[in-house]
Amino acid sequence: MSVEELDPVSGHRTTGHVWNGIKELDTPVPRGVLIFLIVTHIFAVTWWFVMPTWPLGTTYTKGLLDTDQRKIVEQKIVDAEAQRAPWVDRIEKASFDEILADPKMMEIVKTTGHRLFGDNCAACHRRDGKGRSNYPNLTDHDWIWGGGPEAIMQTITTGVNSSNAKSRISQMPAFGRDGMLDPGQVDNVAAYVYSLSHPDYSTPERIKQIEAGRQVFLTTCAACHGQDAKGNQEVGAPNLTDNYWIYGGDIGTIITTIHGGREGHMPTWDERLTPAQIKILATYVYSLGVENP
Amino acid sequence: MIKQLTSSERQGAAVLLGLLAAIGVLMAALGRTGPFGIHGLIVILFALALLFPVLSTFYEPEPDPERLTYYYDDPIKAGIVLTMAWAVFGMFMGVWVAAQLAWPNLAFDAAWSTFGRLRPTHTTGVIFGFGGNALISTSLYVVQRTSRARLAGQLSPWFVLMGYNLFCILAVTGYFMGVTQSKEYAEPEWYADLWLVIVWVSYFILYIRTLARRKEPHIYVANWYYMAFILVVAVLHIVNNIAVPISWGSAKSYTVWAGVQDAMVQWWYGHNAVAFFLTSGFLGMLYYFLPVRAQRPIFSYRLSILSFWGITFFYMWVGSHHLHYTALPHWVQNLGMTFSVMLLVPSWASAGNALLTLNGAWHRVRDDATLRFMMVAAVFYGLSTFEGSFLAIRPVNALSHYTDWTVAHVHAGVLGWVALITFGSIYTLVPSLWKRERMYSPVLVEVHFWLAIAGTLVYVFAMWNSGIIQGLMWRTYTADGTLAYSFVDSLVAMYPYYIARTFGGFLFLLGTLVGCYNIWMTVRAAPATAGRRLDVPEPDGAGMAPSPAE
Repeated sequence: MSVEELDPVSGHRTTGHVWNGIKELDTPVPRGVLIFLIVTHIFAVTWWFVMPTWPLGTTYTKGLLDTDQRKIVEQKIVDAEAQRAPWVDRIEKASFDEILADPKMMEIVKTTGHRLFGDNCAACHRRDGKGRSNYPNLTDHDWIWGGGPEAIMQTITTGVNSSNAKSRISQMPAFGRDGMLDPGQVDNVAAYVYSLSHPDYSTPERIKQIEAGRQVFLTTCAACHGQDAKGNQEVGAPNLTDNYWIYGGDIGTIITTIHGGREGHMPTWDERLTPAQIKILATYVYSLGVENP
Repeated sequence: MIKQLTSSERQGAAVLLGLLAAIGVLMAALGRTGPFGIHGLIVILFALALLFPVLSTFYEPEPDPERLTYYYDDPIKAGIVLTMAWAVFGMFMGVWVAAQLAWPNLAFDAAWSTFGRLRPTHTTGVIFGFGGNALISTSLYVVQRTSRARLAGQLSPWFVLMGYNLFCILAVTGYFMGVTQSKEYAEPEWYADLWLVIVWVSYFILYIRTLARRKEPHIYVANWYYMAFILVVAVLHIVNNIAVPISWGSAKSYTVWAGVQDAMVQWWYGHNAVAFFLTSGFLGMLYYFLPVRAQRPIFSYRLSILSFWGITFFYMWVGSHHLHYTALPHWVQNLGMTFSVMLLVPSWASAGNALLTLNGAWHRVRDDATLRFMMVAAVFYGLSTFEGSFLAIRPVNALSHYTDWTVAHVHAGVLGWVALITFGSIYTLVPSLWKRERMYSPVLVEVHFWLAIAGTLVYVFAMWNSGIIQGLMWRTYTADGTLAYSFVDSLVAMYPYYIARTFGGFLFLLGTLVGCYNIWMTVRAAPATAGRRLDVPEPDGAGMAPSPAE
């Protein structure tokens, strides 16, 4: 044990304790630290007086400002709705043609629609609406259920194969797996369907297979996709003659589709979004296609 | 190392490991092919792996009785090696999960490597693996030196160290299998938690018994902090992890806490894990290794007292600031917020005490990268405690909460403060433990320092930017009163920052690897001949021990 000594650098005395060579100075707590400590405590105590802070058995101190986070949020929601009410009202009442012709309303559709689309639709259809494998492109003018704003609004409202009672329903049967077509027939139909969008595929050596496939198509597939295979938006049957595909347009994927069937799902949005929001989204989605001729 | 145990201690070790293996067999039998059974197998393998060196030296001659007049450093040496091993593992996982946020395909379509499972392997790996082993090793080193007493037990330090690492292994391997309580920083399931209670209580007893043997009249500040760390972590761990397993053969359990009480207990735990694990423990480290390395007395004993009791008292109240604007009652949030503000000055008092201790030693800070590690750590401690109090203020939190700003804050703390003070301490500790003149290469310490600083700054600035941008994008309204951006828009804006943070983390990992090489080469070097007898409880000459290579 050594005794107190003077530190030449700081001019302060040590406490006299030594631990394996470590000593401590007996420097008083700097005045600045004490002042700062008092300032933070004054802040805290002031807050205790004006805000709800301390528990009192089954209740708590309410504070002089009589504030509460629930009340604040409720008021903010009311205020925000009041701020939006004028244009929400206009959009709800206007027809799609009026909205599309009105630059001010279209500006709201662009900004609000972009945000709504990003938060609700982009997970499947991607941010730009161009879709990805298994989820349709919304900008290519190739519509399954119709591409007018009203049809789009209907699709968003009820969804496809969703839990909504009025859901759009569409199911392509599993022709191969359920034995409606044998594997040879599946191959033939696939060749025929593929040739519709790829005229070069109809070479003389394949013409017999394609013709056989056409016969199967007319008896089995045409009920939904139509004699001309251009699809039917009433039942959500896609056009097979263009080169836009949901699940992929190569021969292998077409065979998979015919063999196992398809049943796409889109959720119903009427529980999550307001009618005005759905209308904005429908206009927004419609305008995506218009911008992409 | 086992040769230093007496034959009865070796028998004790063998019995303990046999019991552990029996527990493993029981777990494997009850859990069968489920995760609980696989953990049983891991326990068996762990016990056998340790039993092997015990049995192979079982009939070696009795150790030299003179060993009891030295400090007991064998478990500490092992602890330092484990610290660095966990650092590499935990930081590598960190770089990987960071990269996954920029390039999600790096999960490779497997369940075990999804973000949700890898993320806790990173947090547990660095906090409990790296940080925990560093705390156990340094605390056992410091308590001996500042008490001038050998550890109160030959086997128990090994039990604490190895038992703790078994807990970490069960935790991390569990995450890969999807075993989790879903409580942040308290993910390990009930059996691992029970095991940790046994280990931690042993640690507490070992520490307090060693302190009781001290030959110094006063208990040094570093030991106050280490004691607070050990005691409070025990309380936190037990309360937050009270749970009921769905069966004795299942890894799954349900917590006894429910609803908002569960959230409050979790964040009372979560914030005090930051406080007493990542702050108090490492302040213990700072209070020993910084003055030793700087060869300066602590600036102010009075400031030490003020900051110790300030931190210990105020921290306990602030957990609710993690739940601002939630279902937690408003008054609880306000209480946590005000205590967070009052916590600032005691926190800064510690950082200031450390930095003012360097007065008269700034030339050493300039020349010695090891001391510079500790100086920068104290600066980052000051910065992140200020940031913490600031972010705890409700209106500020409204902007920062759930954004990368929180991630920036945490990493300013753990990279800038916790990891840097640990590396500074380890570079002081390693030559002393292995009786070397100095580290193998001071140049490599310098390289590690700059890699760590560069990595920390790149990481923290990337996350500050990204967090504030996120927060602003989420709350920006158009003139029409609707949100201007979708959540996906904010993710697109984050992309460059996620790449930058991955790069920052990679630099930090690189520095750690340089450190591992340097430590390995130091251990392999020839021991210094002088100074062997200096670092002992009762030095040969009378009076105080001069400070040797440390």
